[in-house]
Amino acid sequence: MRTFGLSEFLFILDAARWTVALSMIAFAGGAIGGLIIALSKTSDNRALQLLSGGFIQIFQGTPLLLQLFLVFFGAPVLGMNINPWIAAGVALILNTSAFLGEIWRGCIQAVPSGQWEAAQALSLPYVARMKYVILPQAFKIALAPTVGYMVQVIKGTSLAAIIGFAEVTRSGQIINNATFQPLIVFSVVAGIYFVLCWPLSLLAARIERKQAVALAR
Amino acid sequence: MNYTFQFDAVFAAWPLLLKGTWNTIELSMMAMFFGLIVAVVCAWGKTGGPRPLRWIINAYIELIRNTPFLVQLYFFFFALPALGLRWSAHTAALVAMVINLGAYATEIIRAGIESIPRGQIEAGLALNLKAHKIFRHVILKPALRTVYPALTSQFILLMLSSAVVSAISADDLTSVAANLQSQTFRSFEIYIVVTVIYLALALAFSALFRVIYQRTLDYPAGR
Repeated sequence: MRTFGLSEFLFILDAARWTVALSMIAFAGGAIGGLIIALSKTSDNRALQLLSGGFIQIFQGTPLLLQLFLVFFGAPVLGMNINPWIAAGVALILNTSAFLGEIWRGCIQAVPSGQWEAAQALSLPYVARMKYVILPQAFKIALAPTVGYMVQVIKGTSLAAIIGFAEVTRSGQIINNATFQPLIVFSVVAGIYFVLCWPLSLLAARIERKQAVALAR
Repeated sequence: MNYTFQFDAVFAAWPLLLKGTWNTIELSMMAMFFGLIVAVVCAWGKTGGPRPLRWIINAYIELIRNTPFLVQLYFFFFALPALGLRWSAHTAALVAMVINLGAYATEIIRAGIESIPRGQIEAGLALNLKAHKIFRHVILKPALRTVYPALTSQFILLMLSSAVVSAISADDLTSVAANLQSQTFRSFEIYIVVTVIYLALALAFSALFRVIYQRTLDYPAGR
């Protein structure tokens, strides 16, 4: 039987790059999707509002694990060949889009109404109004919660282990099955996530504190 | 797309699905109940406790909030038994959920407690209320009222993430789905139905929380 040594540790650590890669894909895709959702939800178009609202309700009202399963087991039904990489990527992007969309909707609506009115008074068309007036201000408000949400994205990638994607959690399982030393194995796994997530949590808290000070002035 | 959906096999198994749904409800409600107790105690410790206690509570919160629930679950199910603690998948799942929710809810309730104006607590002192009465009536209740929306959406998130406990086969709704799937091979149909059940549960819980608010925390109707 193997015991937990340096090579086992490196095996798990090596898988961290897949966790990071999957997180980045989910975040990048989710940011694009989230922006579309947030803009639809804040638009004047009733159909777009309903559509984005339904999207958010469905993805925030069902477990991420089930979303992952639906993509993973649903794609072959639609005649697509799919591997855990794509399934995990697609499910995480959709889920992240819904959550970031809802966060950013709040930030867009938090921009004082005087700014909207000023932009309208200057007769700026929609794109210019959003691009030059609303979104830059919403961005500042959104920074802290977005960085905070990145932590959720990284943690969410762990579920890809259940459909067999070999990221940190899955590698931990594999090593645990070989060594039967769950205490040390899962401590290492948890430690890797902590090292990835904690700096982001601290950063989010720091941005929030700074902005609170700026607002108090 | 040449795929025929066959939901018969899924609906034929409705007693199993019902049982699984009930298990998920029970597990979630117990986790919410005990998680809330953990959170109130920790929030009290964090806002008024001695420094070492505050330090320990902080470490607990940061550890839980910066690691995935699945890893925590594996830790409680695989690692702790290695230390001699024997428990079933169900108990391990419940403990993991309580510990997880406790950390998130502590931060939410702490924020509520810190929003209570100092003058209100001084008013309580001036009325000669005992410390525990001040905490309960002057601090905790208004704090819960303030953070109620954040707290209940955390509860619903917990109910949804309870699907993850199927990874250790803790007989919840998702575990039932996984078993059905391996017997009938109608995975897509099963997961569609189960996802809809979770959506219904999320809506039902948020309706329940609205009623609970009106019954327990809301201000009495105006004259």
